[in-house]
Amino acid sequence: MTALDERRSLEQRLRPRPAPAARPVRRRDRSLIGWVRRGGLATLVFALPMLFVFSFYSWWPILQSLWMSFQKTNLLTYQFVGLDNFINVLSDPVLGRAVLNTAYFALLALIFGFPLPIFMAVLMSEVKRMKGFYSALAYLPVVVPPVVSVLLWKFFYSGSESGVFNTILGWFGIPAQPWVQDAVQAMPSLVLEATWAAAGGSIIIYLAALLSVPPELYDAAEVDGAGVWHKVWHVTLPQLRGVIFVMLILQIIATAQIFLEPFLFTGGGPNNATVTVLLLIYRYAFENSLGGKYGEATALSVMLALFLAAASFLYFKATQKWSTD
Amino acid sequence: MKSPTKVIAIAAAFATVASLAACTSDNGGGAADGKVELRVATFPPGADAAAYEAFATQEKQFEDKYPDIDIIGVEYEWEGPTFTAQLAAGSLPDVFTVPFTDAKTLLENGQLADVTDEIAELGYTDKFNPIILDAVTGPDGHLYGFPRQAYALGLQYNRELFTQAGLDPDAPPTTWDEVRAAAKTIAEKTGKAGYATMTQNNTGGWQLAAQSASRGGFMQSDDGTTATIDNDGVKKTLQFFHDLRWVDDSMGDNFLLDWGSINQEFAAGNIGMYTSGSDLYTALVRDFSLPSEVYGLTTIPMEPGGKVLGGGDIAVLPPSLDADTKAAAIKWVDWYYMQKLMNEDAAAADAKALADSGQAVGTPVLPVLDQATYEESLTWIAPYVNVPQDQMKGFTDGIFSQTPVAEMKSHTQEIYALLDPVVQAVLTDKNADIDALLAQANKDAQALLG
Repeated sequence: MTALDERRSLEQRLRPRPAPAARPVRRRDRSLIGWVRRGGLATLVFALPMLFVFSFYSWWPILQSLWMSFQKTNLLTYQFVGLDNFINVLSDPVLGRAVLNTAYFALLALIFGFPLPIFMAVLMSEVKRMKGFYSALAYLPVVVPPVVSVLLWKFFYSGSESGVFNTILGWFGIPAQPWVQDAVQAMPSLVLEATWAAAGGSIIIYLAALLSVPPELYDAAEVDGAGVWHKVWHVTLPQLRGVIFVMLILQIIATAQIFLEPFLFTGGGPNNATVTVLLLIYRYAFENSLGGKYGEATALSVMLALFLAAASFLYFKATQKWSTD
Repeated sequence: MKSPTKVIAIAAAFATVASLAACTSDNGGGAADGKVELRVATFPPGADAAAYEAFATQEKQFEDKYPDIDIIGVEYEWEGPTFTAQLAAGSLPDVFTVPFTDAKTLLENGQLADVTDEIAELGYTDKFNPIILDAVTGPDGHLYGFPRQAYALGLQYNRELFTQAGLDPDAPPTTWDEVRAAAKTIAEKTGKAGYATMTQNNTGGWQLAAQSASRGGFMQSDDGTTATIDNDGVKKTLQFFHDLRWVDDSMGDNFLLDWGSINQEFAAGNIGMYTSGSDLYTALVRDFSLPSEVYGLTTIPMEPGGKVLGGGDIAVLPPSLDADTKAAAIKWVDWYYMQKLMNEDAAAADAKALADSGQAVGTPVLPVLDQATYEESLTWIAPYVNVPQDQMKGFTDGIFSQTPVAEMKSHTQEIYALLDPVVQAVLTDKNADIDALLAQANKDAQALLG
């Protein structure tokens, strides 16, 4: 074979293949029988349970709460009040406090809680022995029911000198702290527990993502003389960024809806220092439910949902190019 | 022939629809054997087995007397959060109890059945203590429930901690200054909280109102239209909390307490004194495993112009009952709640059933009916009394010389909710500005009252 032949053959192989000739379009039978023959009925029947379950337990309640945000109701009688509920919520002095508290929680969780699982996952991926043991250890807090872990931490956070954390601080000569009993320390204390409780799940996801990083990249980096820090910064993090972006928006949504910790630890106290938006929704709906502030509760829920939807949309728009390049 | 997957899918679809249909089936009162099924409230979740034994005995006695009624006991605890949803979903018991504070709102919202005719038919209308009957009277003058138990706020104390601190448990404090001194001694000698107060889930406001009332500070005008929170009695109470917390350090280290958690801490021996209802002993022993010998109860100290805050609960029916179930419910209310207050045999039988299963008999309460009937009823149950009444002597000797006052009339729970953060602020912030806090709370409360 001459060089020319070889080249032709190569060009032949590299040339885009012509699209296969379009098959003659068979006229679709649009009748009901045709639809059934094509398996439409089976598809519908398979989808029905899901449709029913989602309609009754998810979509219908969502629509109802949207409607309820324009009503004054005690669940027995309903009265349309237009935008009154929204106005009441926006003029509530506690709302500003709740929004600030929620943002503060989200910020603290972002600064301290977000990098921790990435760091732990990278660290654990480097461990050569007993990997499973460390994974299990990291995931254990996720397995503990949230209410149980809060009760456990309530005990740890005891403000007395004999409290668990205060005893530990005492070993280093640090005086006993009030933890959740103090307006300044309460929120960071909640973030600490929430980070402990949620980090395990994130670590597992990052560990899984780390497996997909091609080892050749590390080899290449090593050949180029990169140290551990350079490998993490220039190989690991760029390779993980898709996962990191998704985890970030999930964390922002989750922290914007933080409820369990303030509800169980402090009930929003001391002096409203840990009232969050969701706790305020709960208070509207249930704390003084005799008169029924379900309208205000759903109005604030709708506002929160709209805000989160808009924030998620903007976030994905802003990071779309960055995370997929 | 249909494929197995199709058959499974169709079956699954039917199962889903059937289960959804089942969700909407009612739990009405009709039973297959012609009996009327009556679902009645029993105890809060967590009550001990003996309480249910006593109830089973009473249930049998009732069913023997009324063979056409089938009683079904349902665990029940009054909770604002779930009440409205239960009412709307029809899952409330047919007979249940609500506190005085909430009865007015509920009846004004049309959430309670009108029982005016039934109370008149039973001949009770004129027998109730008029102050108490007011709690169940609607704006239309109709009656919406049977007041069944009333209490006054008292000072609960731990006799064991008193003894450990070198204080005499048979001579509890009688002034607020003595309370402060005793709290300080307990804290110093035992390391426990000498004094505590509730601060969460509206109970902070409730106890602030009670302790302020004893100092002559009331939070609302009599007609319920003007907020009067910013007064000397309330100020003195908050200053008292401040001094115990920040000067004496005698309030321990937990300032996020509600009715349940303060009881828990008290039963665990971590609190020397706190204020709560005089009938608390039953719950403390039954639901919180308090050893009876450590319990002590005395009256709340009174200052000039002070009154003792009272409360209680009411047996009520939801408005949705059909005629047969309502008739059966009235029979149950009369038999289970009312007869033991006015009928010697019923009182003795009730006390015996409770005592036989180790339940508290003889906890101090306030008369729901007239004073004479109440005093007579105490002699009927005397042989069965099993609570340590000598440990409650401070209360029983002093309570009838105190002037009772009802809780504020309008937006009670909402105003209590406003006051929770005020109490929390004083207990957790050394520099809390009491005057500013009260001025703001008064303004917010007035906004609620319109």
